[in-house]
Amino acid sequence: MDEIFGIPTAALMSQLLLGLVNGSFYAMLSLGLAVIFGLLNVINFSHGALYMMGAFLAWMGIEYFHLNYWIMLVLAPLVVGAFGIVIERTMLRWLYKLDHLYGLLLTFGITLMVEGVFRSFYGVSGQPFSVPEQLAGATDLGFMVMPNYRAWVVVASLAVCLSTWFVIEKTKLGSYLRAGTENPKLVEAFGVNVPLMVTLTYGFGVALAGFAGVLAAPVIQVQPLMGQNLIIVVFAVVVIGGMGSILGSILTGLGLGVIEGLTKVFYPEFSSTVVFLVMVVVLLLRPAGLFGKEK
Amino acid sequence: MKLKTIVTAVCACGVSLAAQAQISGDTIKIGFITDMSGLYADIDGAGGAEAIKMAIADAGGNINGKKIEFISADHQNKADIAASKAREWFDQQGVDMLIGGTNSGANLAMAKVAAEKKKVFISIGAGSARLTNEECTPYTVHYAYDTIALARGTGGAIVAQGGKSWFFLTADYAFGASLEKDTADVVKAKGGKVLGSVKHPLSASDFSSFLLQAQTSGAQILGLANAGGDAINSIKAANEFGITKKMKLAGLLIFINDIHSLGLNLTQGMYLTDGWYWDMNADTRAWSKRYFEKMKKEPSMLQAADFSAASNYLKAVKATGTDDGDKVMAYLKANKINDMFAKGGVVRPDGRMVHDMYLMEVKKQADSKYPWDYYKVVATIPGDQAYATKAETKCSLWK
Amino acid sequence: MNKKIGYGIALAVALAAPVVGGYPPFLSKLLCFSLFACAFNLLIGYTGLLSFGHAAFFGMAGYAAGNALKVWGLPVELGILVGVGAAALVGLVMGALAIRRQGIYFSMITLALAQMVYFGALRAGDLTGGEDGLQGVPRGKLLGFIDLGNDTTLYYLVLAIAVAGFALIVRTVHSPFGQVLKAIKENEPRAISLGYDVDKYKLLAFVLSAALAGLAGAVNTLVQGFETLTDVHWTMSGLVILMTLVGGMGTLAGPVLGAMVIIALENKLGDLGQLLASLTHIEWFNTLGEAVNMVTGFIFVVCVLLFRRGIIGEFIARFSGDHKPA
Repeated sequence: MDEIFGIPTAALMSQLLLGLVNGSFYAMLSLGLAVIFGLLNVINFSHGALYMMGAFLAWMGIEYFHLNYWIMLVLAPLVVGAFGIVIERTMLRWLYKLDHLYGLLLTFGITLMVEGVFRSFYGVSGQPFSVPEQLAGATDLGFMVMPNYRAWVVVASLAVCLSTWFVIEKTKLGSYLRAGTENPKLVEAFGVNVPLMVTLTYGFGVALAGFAGVLAAPVIQVQPLMGQNLIIVVFAVVVIGGMGSILGSILTGLGLGVIEGLTKVFYPEFSSTVVFLVMVVVLLLRPAGLFGKEK
Repeated sequence: MKLKTIVTAVCACGVSLAAQAQISGDTIKIGFITDMSGLYADIDGAGGAEAIKMAIADAGGNINGKKIEFISADHQNKADIAASKAREWFDQQGVDMLIGGTNSGANLAMAKVAAEKKKVFISIGAGSARLTNEECTPYTVHYAYDTIALARGTGGAIVAQGGKSWFFLTADYAFGASLEKDTADVVKAKGGKVLGSVKHPLSASDFSSFLLQAQTSGAQILGLANAGGDAINSIKAANEFGITKKMKLAGLLIFINDIHSLGLNLTQGMYLTDGWYWDMNADTRAWSKRYFEKMKKEPSMLQAADFSAASNYLKAVKATGTDDGDKVMAYLKANKINDMFAKGGVVRPDGRMVHDMYLMEVKKQADSKYPWDYYKVVATIPGDQAYATKAETKCSLWK
Repeated sequence: MNKKIGYGIALAVALAAPVVGGYPPFLSKLLCFSLFACAFNLLIGYTGLLSFGHAAFFGMAGYAAGNALKVWGLPVELGILVGVGAAALVGLVMGALAIRRQGIYFSMITLALAQMVYFGALRAGDLTGGEDGLQGVPRGKLLGFIDLGNDTTLYYLVLAIAVAGFALIVRTVHSPFGQVLKAIKENEPRAISLGYDVDKYKLLAFVLSAALAGLAGAVNTLVQGFETLTDVHWTMSGLVILMTLVGGMGTLAGPVLGAMVIIALENKLGDLGQLLASLTHIEWFNTLGEAVNMVTGFIFVVCVLLFRRGIIGEFIARFSGDHKPA
């Protein structure tokens, strides 16, 4: 079969593969959002800005402190997570009992401030960031040439996603987390420090965004507004997957990457908007998203 | 009761905030509206404002006793803010001349306002050729470049160098489409072929699939009909996927700040057309040195054009003895522009300032001897070949 | 009684504004956005439905009116009506789809549909001018003889329209229909159990809100003389949410005040910065104009943490001894 729908098979295969690469990245990004919403009921609009912060911190670490990519892959998320913890302690915790809207608006405001600060120091043109040497170069797969770095992105994203899912759904710690958000008083009565758990969870979710930022830095221009376009797509992914479901976000992220990839072949101009069409269709058919539970 | 009084009091304050200072009178006031904080802030922005201030300082700060003043504003890439600021400045601040920075939509809106008020409007950062065609006015000067000049410059010169087969990666909006069309027309007219194109949504996050389509076409040249962050991300991805090994990149709208942010390793060998380069000759270097002292970066074509436009406007005011819009426009259209920005530049009846453009090739890292040493001038494209001709014009003023 | 005095004073100020030195085009803009915010508030403050896609109505009406006035050459009154009609139609479609879901899912559907409207506007270059915008919308003559080219005359027309729109909202809120909406906001299951066809009420409120937002958008295009993609972008939807939040959701005067604060911020922050710089000689203030987004974000944060009820809401709570939690 040389052609499918008029597109050469090899080309279609390569587009699908690229779609999976992007999808794993989306899954990684929406994971943090899903964790924060699923466990804390907070719609964290600042995810995009914190993703940018992760990328910038990685750049700063390399530029100012002469560290390398691998160290920053661990360090940047930790710093972003710490920043998230500060936000949670000082501002977010007052909003838990209120409507979702307020958490959304607060984090939106934080986004504007963070982006503004970075922009005023670094401008918008972006910083040079090269692919780390160990991952440079590409492998010829026959039907296409796959850069090694992109393969690494898939591996890292899927590893982080699956281990997070495992911890939350299958371990004791995860069960404390899930119980703690459903019924904090009861869990506290058992001697578990729920507020601390909540804070650390937010920090973790945010650190995931920072990690995604470091992963993205070599391939996407590192500039203060880099999170802006991504944030509503990531939102859509979480909503489609079902707002409480970790697995839902992961699978939707991957699926969306593939759908976008196909759209880029057949109707490229629509590829940034197709996610919204999918969202409307899914929400009309399944009210709480694909894997969500109606509250 | 108290509540409503407070409300109306605050409303009244809002109204008084809206009541601006009265017309200044007896000064020459230059206004500058551009993107200071968004996507285009680096190529023009605050640097452009600095450049204009330099022009004012060079003119001595006053002309025949009348003081020269300067105000600037950030349109945040919103045409309505640009137009309403422009209108307010003309009506209430006594602004005599407006310089338009980046963003074609904002410039088109400002041009209309300036024409209505019969004030000189010099558009620097907009790329849209509509300013001197469908939307031309007697008061608009389109100064630094437009998409036609870029397309003809890059397209024509590259075909002449042997790059005959092209594939376009185009941003899906009017600007990208016209860049692609103008370049494709030139390529075909000079005997080249367009093997295909693909449109990507604005601010797409990933270009790999579009680039793969480019690669399978087998074309020699990859024409990037996009700008800013999209161009930068396309170039990054093109390097990553090894596309730069088989295809040469032609950046249709690239500024030196983009090269600076990418680094020479990723951009070496790329072709682009620019209207000006800081390191071209002794004059450009001298001025750029002054600019560098203030901004700590080398200037882009737009920032140099801001300086040149302001200087030439002030020269016109001095020569005619007035800041009346009609008289200054007549002077600008009757006298050549000769400064560090352009030699023998002409302001045509349609408002287009025609000057030479330059085909540049980005240097290899090894050939770059000092910071910002990025370009090699490959060819000079004379102004009358780069810009649209009288036969092609859609401007009703130039028939 | 007090409210009427308050409205009277506000109207007097608005009528006198151009005479005492207010700049008519800016005042017109304030009025348009006040109407936009009030229309949005009808949905969130009184029906409890948070729409993330209101820019679609504002912008589509602008494009429709713009085309009606420029391309089809319709008179001003008809052009505005075309705009309102377009917005109502889009509102009907969006509402019919979104109302099927509740809460955050309702909001996300409105966002998704608005994004598709944006995409349509971007690609329909012939109708919208793409990113260059629809330029050259003429002002024409009202009723065939009142020349709207004069900024002040146009301002009074805008004021009349804004007052009419606001009056309609006030009437709606105080009417039996409005009472049902409030009931739906406070306890939807109860309203259903009382026999109200809740979906029909919600849809009607949605379309009304969309139509009024469209009125604001059409008039805004008339004042500006052009329409661009900014007005259909999701950041415009976010802006109207902010205006309503800052002013006070669920109050009548709140959105008006909120709109004025935010528009003044967007347009005047640079001037304020320059003023502060010249007063204090601190150079840094001059860059305040570039920090609109940062300041906006800061206001968001402060409002959500401290002034959740918005400026008007806080005043009402303080002065009427209301001890309901925010």
